[in-house]
Amino acid sequence: MPHDIEAVAEQVFTALADPTRRAILAALASGGPATATDLAGRLPITRQAIARHLALLAAAGLVQAEPGERRRVRYRVRAAPMQVAQQFLAALARDWDSALGALSDHLDRGA
Amino acid sequence: MAFPDRIERTVEVAHSPGKVWAALTTAEGLAAWFGNEATIELRPGGAARMRWASGGTVEMRVERVDEPTVFGFTWQINGLPEDDPRRTYVEFTLEPAGAGTRLKVVESGFAQLPQDAHGKAYDGNTEGWARELGELAGYLDAA
Repeated sequence: MPHDIEAVAEQVFTALADPTRRAILAALASGGPATATDLAGRLPITRQAIARHLALLAAAGLVQAEPGERRRVRYRVRAAPMQVAQQFLAALARDWDSALGALSDHLDRGA
Repeated sequence: MAFPDRIERTVEVAHSPGKVWAALTTAEGLAAWFGNEATIELRPGGAARMRWASGGTVEMRVERVDEPTVFGFTWQINGLPEDDPRRTYVEFTLEPAGAGTRLKVVESGFAQLPQDAHGKAYDGNTEGWARELGELAGYLDAA
């Protein structure tokens, strides 16, 4: 198994463990690409703190910087690393215990 | 942190491998314990589908049919976009155990590396929405 996939998932979970970064990612996911100034208007966080977190998220590849209006940098969520983290969560969420319990019950009911 | 690639469970049931096989590989069987509705074309490469009353649907591809000992299929990883090529492989193995059956299920492939986790190719969601909104606009224009 490549080491990379672990590193990507870890960056996603580390980012999500911080309430400020979680709020920023949630705002970008729900409202679409935004500048640090846009986000400062929507979140109870200073623009400076938002800019610092966005820089960290961009360095980790979790958001992508792109040119916005009036030469401001806009940020958008990058789906790829989130999908890697989702694979991890999918393994945790796969409920074979309940499914096999239902199979046993079905067989016992006199299939 | 260890990325879980594989899930494995073994249960013993007090029913013959033939009965367990029918529960796993027929539309009636699958609809009785797994989904609420099911269809299945029981041959390697065959399509199967389960639907739940809650609204979910899952498409499966039958991969292995060795009656009544091994049944394998692939299906999509929960939560990934529909056009994502990643699939996990589920394999049921049935083994007689006294009058009953030892049933093992192994699901593997959660830790597949996407083609390009860091690159542009997999920036699916935002571009996907942009594409779909573009298609919607085209549809509305045509109407």
